[in-house]
Amino acid sequence: MPQGTFLRLLVFFLGPALLVYSVFSIYPLLATILNSLYSHQRDGSYLWNGLGNFQTLLFDPTWSVPFWNALKNNFIFFLIHMCVQNPVGLLLAALLSLPRLRFRATYRTLIFMPTMLSVVVIGFAWQLILSPLWGIAKMFLQTFGLGFLFAPWLGLESSALITVSLISVWQFVGIPMILIYTALLAIPDELVDAATVDGLNQFQAFVWVKLPLIWPTIGLVSILTFVNNFNAFDLVYAMKGALAGPNFATDIMGTLFYRTFFGNQLQLGDPSMGSAVATMMLLIILIGVMAYLFLVQRRIQRYSF
Amino acid sequence: MLTKGLKTLLLGAVAALALSGAAQGGTLTIESWRNDDAQIWKDKIIPAFEKAHPDIKIEFAPTAPKEYNAALNAKLEGGTAGDIITCRPFDASLELFNKGYLASLNDLSTMANFSDVAKSAWTTDDGKTTFCVPMASVIHGFIYNKDIFKELGLSEPKTEDEFFAVLEKIKANGTYVPLVMGTADQWESATMGFQNIGPNYWKGEEGRKALIDGTGKLTDPAYVSTFATLAKWAPYLGDGYKAQTYPDSQNLFGLGKGAIYAAGSWDISTFHAQNINMGAFKPPLPAGATECFISDHTDMGIGMNAKTKNPADAKVFLDWIGTEEFANILGNELPGFFPLSNAKVQLKDDVAQTFVNWRAECKSTIRNSYQILSRGTPNLENEMWNVSAQVINGTMTPEAAAAQLQDGLKKWYAPQQK
Repeated sequence: MPQGTFLRLLVFFLGPALLVYSVFSIYPLLATILNSLYSHQRDGSYLWNGLGNFQTLLFDPTWSVPFWNALKNNFIFFLIHMCVQNPVGLLLAALLSLPRLRFRATYRTLIFMPTMLSVVVIGFAWQLILSPLWGIAKMFLQTFGLGFLFAPWLGLESSALITVSLISVWQFVGIPMILIYTALLAIPDELVDAATVDGLNQFQAFVWVKLPLIWPTIGLVSILTFVNNFNAFDLVYAMKGALAGPNFATDIMGTLFYRTFFGNQLQLGDPSMGSAVATMMLLIILIGVMAYLFLVQRRIQRYSF
Repeated sequence: MLTKGLKTLLLGAVAALALSGAAQGGTLTIESWRNDDAQIWKDKIIPAFEKAHPDIKIEFAPTAPKEYNAALNAKLEGGTAGDIITCRPFDASLELFNKGYLASLNDLSTMANFSDVAKSAWTTDDGKTTFCVPMASVIHGFIYNKDIFKELGLSEPKTEDEFFAVLEKIKANGTYVPLVMGTADQWESATMGFQNIGPNYWKGEEGRKALIDGTGKLTDPAYVSTFATLAKWAPYLGDGYKAQTYPDSQNLFGLGKGAIYAAGSWDISTFHAQNINMGAFKPPLPAGATECFISDHTDMGIGMNAKTKNPADAKVFLDWIGTEEFANILGNELPGFFPLSNAKVQLKDDVAQTFVNWRAECKSTIRNSYQILSRGTPNLENEMWNVSAQVINGTMTPEAAAAQLQDGLKKWYAPQQK
């Protein structure tokens, strides 16, 4: 192929994607970082501030206490997803791929359904379910004589974050399930058949044959969970508002960013400080993704059939 | 980096932009957070104006209250905001004026119909320029269910001792929730709790101004006592009040399951819609107090986008907002929002009239965190939401709450650092 034609084809095929990606992803990203180096003045102008915003954010207690609190909460939010959402997703995928399962498509659709619902709907529905005034959770427990176990979970500092995390797990469990399920389907029957001939039962075949083959997918699911969790915002905002109460117990990086950038009630938004928070979020996610790529991804063995 | 939330918001802004773009050409578009009132604007207020000014068309385009400030800022920065802007009180609007988004309205003829106190929420610090026409105030107090009071043989409490005695009787009866309020949304605790009963303790304007000039501190006994009284509410609130949101509270009282509702006057129309036979009493007096104070908060103004294509028409409309005709429509169609103009307004709604009568019996003040004191970080209003909810939840002592507020304010507010 002559070089001119090749270049034209290159531009033709890559150009649109590159353009869209640059305009909607790269440019806002760089603009945010640049913005975080200025300080926003009351009259709307900006002054060069170097790394001043970051110094304030990390070391001035007025900012650093909320920042570390949000970061800690975000890690708990992520850990709950890793420890509950992904294992449950794996379990569901394993169950779905059982050869003699009936109503497979129905289960798959039902479990995946919440993922497609709006977060506002999810937040509202769960607030009603868990409401101490008219929620069915309380009545349900009372039916079994367990009414004493009920507490206004969303309103307690000790349980609010866990409750919100589990609601998010409930919503998104369909994603690891569907990804892992697809990976399981891709495993050739011969491998499982051979294992069966060798005397492995279904459970053993899953642990020793199928699981090693889907590690790359589980790794992918984990990193997706990490990125989504550290970008999370909407569920907390929908259920607990921008102040993420009680006493900032449900405050995560997304809500801290929102409050800082857009303000709240009488607090005016501060675009440059907000950009600094956003840049920190980018850094955290970048570090996590890099660690995954260099430490985990390389060691995962892949098999092709 | 754009977070998911920000993306959604931007999309929303783009959609709103497309909508507002469609309304141009001889039409004035009003930006507002009062989407609850959209029907009344469309059916009553706008027709009344258009009848007198058939050549000017008005469109009311509200946004959800939570998103209003952010959306409005984005639209003003992008040059796509409507011609008429509904103004939040104090700094949010002052900043818009300072950035040149709101026009000065000093030359409006009907501006003379408003007192300086009414205008204070939309006037520059030097008192020279007013940039929004004061539209409405809201008053705090308690709304009660008359049927329940009759059934249990209770009467309106005048003092705090009577108030708690009434609550105790309702609790002993066991059928109804004595006091309806939740702490889940936090602002309820601060606005319907702290700012509701507080003025009686800090003597209204006197205490509020002392905080601003630095002679009063949030650790003064007045504030600690306010929190201490708030803490005493907890046993009378609904089961699981810690997870009770504002709509939950409205429903609890609106369904007749609660006896007393810590109110803002704007709730009146909500409860009328649910046919509650209700009355209202003002914040009961603490022991030893003789004078009463109420929170009569300047809540809503209306101004002009400095970049409107139609400044002449916009001014005609804003001038009309200052008239007695508008005050009458507003007061009667939106019971619970009280016109700020000096015009004599006869309210048809009994409950709203009860609220407004308190203006004559007590001294009025506004919420103490609104003027100047919420300009820094940590933000005083946010802090008040947080600590008020914690005090009622029992996770913070009144002293600790007052100390946290004072420490936060002292960090950035010079007059408090002396």
